[in-house]
Amino acid sequence: MFRRLLSGDLPRSRVLAFVLAVICLGLLFTPFVFPGARALNVAAKICTFVVLVSSFDLLLGYTGIISFAHTMFFGIGAYGVAIAITRMGPTWPAVAAGVGAALVASLVLSLVIGLFSLRVKALYYAMITLAVATAFQTLASQLSDFTGGEDGLSFKVPAMLSPGFSLSSRPFLGVSLDGRLISYYLLLAVSAVLFLLMLRIVNSPFGRVLQAIRENAFRAEALGYRTVLYRTASNVISAGFATLAGALLALWLRYNGPDTSLSFEIMINILLMVVIGGMGTLYGAVLGATLFIVTENYLQDLMKLASNGLAGIPVLRDLVNPDRWLLWLGLLFILSVYRFPFGIVGKLRLKARRAT
Amino acid sequence: MSASSPTAPASDALPAVRPDRLPLFLIPVLALVALPLVKSFSTWVTLTFAGLAMGMIIFIIASGLTIVFGLMDVLNFGHGVFITLGAFLATAVLGTMTDWTGRDSLLFNLLAVLAAMLVAVAVTGVVGLAFERVIIRPVYGQPLKQIMITMGGAIVGEELIKVVWGPQAIPLPLPVAFRGSILFGEAAVERYRLIAVVIGLIVFAAMFWVLARTKIGLLIRAGVQDGEMVESLGYRIRRLFVGVFVTGAALAGLGGVLWGLYQQSVIPQMGELVIVLLFIVIIIGGMGSVGGCFIGALLVGLVSNYAGFLAPKVALFSNILLMVIVLLWRPEGLYPVGKR
Repeated sequence: MFRRLLSGDLPRSRVLAFVLAVICLGLLFTPFVFPGARALNVAAKICTFVVLVSSFDLLLGYTGIISFAHTMFFGIGAYGVAIAITRMGPTWPAVAAGVGAALVASLVLSLVIGLFSLRVKALYYAMITLAVATAFQTLASQLSDFTGGEDGLSFKVPAMLSPGFSLSSRPFLGVSLDGRLISYYLLLAVSAVLFLLMLRIVNSPFGRVLQAIRENAFRAEALGYRTVLYRTASNVISAGFATLAGALLALWLRYNGPDTSLSFEIMINILLMVVIGGMGTLYGAVLGATLFIVTENYLQDLMKLASNGLAGIPVLRDLVNPDRWLLWLGLLFILSVYRFPFGIVGKLRLKARRAT
Repeated sequence: MSASSPTAPASDALPAVRPDRLPLFLIPVLALVALPLVKSFSTWVTLTFAGLAMGMIIFIIASGLTIVFGLMDVLNFGHGVFITLGAFLATAVLGTMTDWTGRDSLLFNLLAVLAAMLVAVAVTGVVGLAFERVIIRPVYGQPLKQIMITMGGAIVGEELIKVVWGPQAIPLPLPVAFRGSILFGEAAVERYRLIAVVIGLIVFAAMFWVLARTKIGLLIRAGVQDGEMVESLGYRIRRLFVGVFVTGAALAGLGGVLWGLYQQSVIPQMGELVIVLLFIVIIIGGMGSVGGCFIGALLVGLVSNYAGFLAPKVALFSNILLMVIVLLWRPEGLYPVGKR
C-alpha cells in the first residue's frame, strides 16, 4: 500500500528515507512540538514550496526545460484567490471561483507560451520566459485597481479558516483548536495530495517519455514521440500545480502582493531549491525546499551569533552577516551544479547503491 | 556592421556581399514618425537625445554579451554583475575625488570620470577573467547547466557586492560641469546625455575598427560565422573567446559607470534589473551581431523615451512590443548570424 502511495518510487536510500520521514513527521506535528506562530508559518511555507518546487522539478529536472516564468503561474494562483475573495467576500464559492479562474488562465497562458516557444533552443526559451515574466510582473503592479499594485491585497478567509474561529473551547494537548490550526492541516493535506499526484505523473509512462526527452530529445523524436507536444504538456501540468501552490500560499497568508508570489527573487529561490535538493527526483524538491526555508528562517540566527563573535574582524564579519545567507546558498548551488548534478538526493542514492 | 558587412575588398577578393542596409533606416524612420506625435519640436529634440544617450549606454553594456554568444554559444545570465560592479567602483573612485568632481571645470570632471572608468574597466576585466575560469569553463557546451551556473554566479556576485558596499542605494552625483543642460534654440539637451552619446560613439567606432580592420577582428567575425573552421585553420578559438569575454566584461563595467551616472544612484540589484533589457536588445539585433546590437540598443532607447512621453503606461511594455514587431519582420533578429 505504501509502495502504491509513492507510485513505486521509493527513496532507495536509508538515510534519505529517514530524513524524509523526519520531515513528514515534523510537518505533521509542528503545532504540537514547536509552539508559536513562527514555527507554524515556516512549516506552512515549506508545504506550499514543496508543491511549487516539485512542479518546477517536473519541468527542469524531468523534462530538461528551464523556464523563468514559473513564479508567474504561482502568482496567478495567489492573485486568483486574492482577487476573488476581495471582490466576492470571504466564502468558499469565492475561493473555488478564484482557483478555477486562475487555473484556466495559467493553463491557457502556459499552453500558448509552450506551443510558441518550446521549439526553440534552451537558451532562447529561458530568455523568452524571463521577458514574459518581467512583463507580467509589471502588468500586475500597474493594474492596481485589481491587484492592489505594489501594496498587494489583504483579505479575509472563509470563517472556518480565520484565527477567530474555534472548534472547541478546550485546548487539545495544549494547543487551541482554532482556524489557524485547521488552515494548517488543510494546507498540509492538500499539499501532500498534490505531491503524491505529481509523483504518480512522473512515474507513469508519460513521465518516462519526459525523461527520455531530457536525455536525448532527438532520439525520443525518432522513437515516434512528438517532443513538442510532450514538452508543452509538461509545461502546462507544471504551471497548473504552481497555480495551486500559489492559491494555497495566498489562503495561508491572507495576503498577496508582488513580493510574496511574483518576484524574480522567488524564481531564483526555487531554482536553488531544486538544484540543491536534486534535479530529476521529486524527493529532492522536498529536501531542497525544507533545507532552504529552514535556512532562510533559522540560519540567520546562527549567523548573527557568528557575526557577533567575529565582530572584530572586518571582512569575515560581513561575510557571516545574517543578511548574507543567500551568498552561502548561492555557493552551495554552484557547487551542486558542478559536483553533484543530482543534488543531495542523487548523492544519497549513489551512496546507498555503492553500499549494497 | 559585423558579420554581414564585408571589409574593404581587395582586387582579387571574392565579389562583395551586398551589405544589408535596411535596418539602418529604422532609426531615422522611427525618429521621424515620432516627430508629429510629439508635436513640439524642442521636446522631440530633447527626447531624441535622451533616447540616443540611453541607447549608447545600453549598447556598450550589451555588445560584449552578444559577441560572447555569437562566438561560443555562451549566454551569460550573470552579465549584470559586471554592470553593478562598474557602477559601485565609480561611486568609490568618484567619492575619493570630490575635489575634482566638485570643481566647475569640465577638464577636471572629465579626468575624474575617466579615472573611474579606467578603474572600472580594469577591475571588471579581471573579475571577468576569473568568472570565465571558474563559472563558465567547466560547463562549456551544456546549455542547461550554463544557464543555471551563470545565474548562480550572478547571485553570489550580487551578494559579494553587498558584502563590500552594503545593501543600500548609494548616490552617485554627476560632476558639477556635467549637470544642467545646453539650450539649442528652444530645445534643452542635458549635458551628461551629450557626453554619454560622445563616449558611446567613441566606443562604437573603436569596436568597429577592431572588428573590421584588425586580424583579431577578422578572427572574431570568422569565429562567429563558423568556429570549427577557424579552429581547423590553426587558431585557438578558446583563447580568442577568453579575450572577448574579458573585453565584454570590461565594457559592461564601463557601461555600468555611465549607467550609474545616468541614474545618479546605484543599487546592488541594478544589473539584475537591466539584464532583461539587454536580452531584448540582443534578440532584436540578432544574437551574435554587433551591428544589430547597436541598432537594437538605439531603437530600445528611443522607443522607451518616446513612449515614456506619449503614453507612460505603455512605456513599461514598449521594449517587449518592439521586440515582437521586429521579430515579426525578421524572425532571427535584424542581422541574423550565419550558422543559426
